Amino acid sequence: MEDISLHILDIAENSINAGATSVDVEIEEDQRNDLLTVKISDNGKGMDEDMIKKAADPFYTTKPGKRVGLGLSLFAHSAREAGGELKVISTREGGTVVTATFNMSHPDRKPLGNVQETMDVLKASHPEIEFKFKHTRF
Amino acid sequence: MKLKPEDLDKISEKMRSSTTLREGKGRAWVTVHMGTCGIAAGARKILKTFLDQKEEKNAQDVIITTSGCAGLCSHEPMATVELKGEAPVKYVNLSPEKVKKVFADHVMDGKIVKDYALAKGSERVS
Repeated sequence: MEDISLHILDIAENSINAGATSVDVEIEEDQRNDLLTVKISDNGKGMDEDMIKKAADPFYTTKPGKRVGLGLSLFAHSAREAGGELKVISTREGGTVVTATFNMSHPDRKPLGNVQETMDVLKASHPEIEFKFKHTRF
Repeated sequence: MKLKPEDLDKISEKMRSSTTLREGKGRAWVTVHMGTCGIAAGARKILKTFLDQKEEKNAQDVIITTSGCAGLCSHEPMATVELKGEAPVKYVNLSPEKVKKVFADHVMDGKIVKDYALAKGSERVS
């Protein structure tokens, strides 16, 4: 992936495929702590513990007939190479929260990219789903 | 360039009017493949171009949505165009310019753009 906005689009597509009716995207730029946090939360069908463990494994997928699932593992890789990490919290009742952290000034940190276009195309191609977006800097 | 909440509301309001088309009233369906492979290959720009074309041509009866990986990752970005009552056509290795032609010729005019379609000609590989 070229930038973080494309990862956001990819993870949001996972939410849509998990039957979510609402997807929240939050970007937080914490200048003082040099920390960039990207959080995507949904109210989809969630994952059980076993699935969460396997989720970031590139050779794990829930789709029949497929052998790889790269979305989350690529996002985790982007976070790791910028000194951050990826966390997945998920329950069958409450949906899924994917949080990626990045060391903001890390030379390998990918740019945010065109987040507006990501939100625009998500909204326009899935009008039945409620998308919320928040971008804070402090 | 920060997206304001009002902007999202505006887009949402505008799109809501076309939601009813999903219940079977659409004349044409465009599905942009948005698996990880598609997104990495530039599917967002492709989807944006389809949406812009729909607005430019005021084609309210065209439904534009997304799907996952179709298993032909090396041909991404891909999109499927299906006119009501006709077989779906898969377009491969798309660019914004190709999308404009597909929208004008196939979606608006009913003529398949064979040069950009997945399969053309015989199965023999020369």
